[in-house]
Amino acid sequence: MPEVNNPETVIELKRITKSFPTKNFERLVVLDDMSLNIKRGEVVCVIGPSGSGKSTMLRCINRLETLDSGEIRVLGEYVGYKEVNGSMELLSEKATAQQRQRLGMVFQQFNLFPHLTVLQNIIEAPTVVNGVHRKEATKVALELLAKVGLTSKADAYPGELSGGQQQRVAIARALAMNPEVMLFDEPTSALDPELVGEVLRVMTDLAKAGMTMIVVTHEMQFAREVADRVVIMDKAKIIEDGTPEEVFENPRSPRTREFLARVSGTNGKA
Amino acid sequence: MPSNLAPDIAPAPAVVIPRNIKQIVLSAFVILVALAILVSIFGNERFGWRVIGAYLFSTIILSGIANTLLLTLICMIAGTLLGAVIALMKLSASPPLQWIATVYTWIFRGVPLLVLLLFFFNLAALFPQLELGMPGSPPLITLNANEIISPFTAAFLALSLHESAYMAEIIRSGIVAVAKGQSEAAHALGMKPLKVTQRIIFPQAMRLIVPPTANQVITMLKSTSLVSVLALSDLLYSAQIVYSQNYQVIPLLAVATIWYLVLVSILTWIQSRVERVFNRGYGEKRRSHKKVSQRPSNESKNQPAINEEEANA
Repeated sequence: MPEVNNPETVIELKRITKSFPTKNFERLVVLDDMSLNIKRGEVVCVIGPSGSGKSTMLRCINRLETLDSGEIRVLGEYVGYKEVNGSMELLSEKATAQQRQRLGMVFQQFNLFPHLTVLQNIIEAPTVVNGVHRKEATKVALELLAKVGLTSKADAYPGELSGGQQQRVAIARALAMNPEVMLFDEPTSALDPELVGEVLRVMTDLAKAGMTMIVVTHEMQFAREVADRVVIMDKAKIIEDGTPEEVFENPRSPRTREFLARVSGTNGKA
Repeated sequence: MPSNLAPDIAPAPAVVIPRNIKQIVLSAFVILVALAILVSIFGNERFGWRVIGAYLFSTIILSGIANTLLLTLICMIAGTLLGAVIALMKLSASPPLQWIATVYTWIFRGVPLLVLLLFFFNLAALFPQLELGMPGSPPLITLNANEIISPFTAAFLALSLHESAYMAEIIRSGIVAVAKGQSEAAHALGMKPLKVTQRIIFPQAMRLIVPPTANQVITMLKSTSLVSVLALSDLLYSAQIVYSQNYQVIPLLAVATIWYLVLVSILTWIQSRVERVFNRGYGEKRRSHKKVSQRPSNESKNQPAINEEEANA
């Protein structure tokens, strides 16, 4: 559970705006003047209709997407930007690499490296980026694999694993860099229904261990049971932000009620 | 109404695959035709099997093979390196570099190899002096084109440049085909761009680049026979030298043919081995050879993951 007596802000999104060019030379706004603070140990679930900007928001935090305006601080520092005369100047990918290590990221499509074994996938970044000795990295990797229940798959290639197993390896791979925050981008959306549980179980364990997590998800039950805070996004804005009880039982905006009704109608999980 | 799960007492009917008579007849016919062809080849005196035997391992033919292999090797290496540069230019964000690469591939893929060979051989007629230096200032190096353009350099230049245009396309498409999520995942782990390319993109692109490249090697080996028009003593020209003296045209062409087939067969075998190496992690399920030393030895490798989860819970 979160450390209530240490409410340090770990991630700070201040008035961020992001748009993408469309085919007819207009710009599609996916994040509109959005602000959000995440405290240490908090588990925040971000839900909302598709196209509401959830994933883009997550990808902006570790600068897989660049911002149009606004600022994002991770532990008080910019990731991929530096301050020049009061504005954020974009840094090169090379300069950004180091700063990204505080953020672990788990993707919808797993994105495991298919040419490497499970073990090699996990020790790749620690050995290449941090120069950790192979033996030491392997030891840590096997501990992480035990945590996600896949010790026996250390020598398998990703292509030999089920989707749920691959995603658990992806979580272990992100954890191997010892991140301060874990970002989950719809981690169960690409999985067969019967494999969702095993991934959510690993994420629940992680939340219980005190990890700060931002989870973009459609799993209402997970949001209800595991999240400290639920954020609902719609049309590039946050329309609801509160505890699961507040958001699910007493939503403030009619749009939230509409969304929740639609979701509970379709998958019966809310 | 009987339950679907009730045991069926009657034995299940066996499936019989009928013998395909047509296949058998066709096979027999093919074997007969093949035998007839073999008899006509090996029974034909005019093939000159004794002459073939006498020249198959002769010094002149073997040195021709050496030249053919040397030319194949260095032109392939030069063509691949140059092709990689062209591919990276084409993938770069800079429009001028993209234009250069596009025009380059357009020219060297468009001009037939034989024309290219003759062009380079006659380069001296076009540029008698090759000068290296800044425009407007006296040249740093001046070379006499007649002296440096030997049959060998002409062949090397033409084959390498021709090859590089093809290799550029192969390498470019290999790199482009690696999923975007791969570099995103690597970047998200804090890897620097160079490491992402080296360790994540390149090994995966190699899997797509190697098979067509091996094909290019085989094509290159055969294309080198064109250099015989420049009187460069490769395998074919060596055979031609011999038959111009002893008039045993067919036996010596047969000698060259046999060697080309042998060399291509060896390359094909190597190709299949190399492909297997680069297909790691993609093929059918297989056991890994590497063992992890720190893993507890009593653990069963094929234990289902779900059991572990329960043990952990």
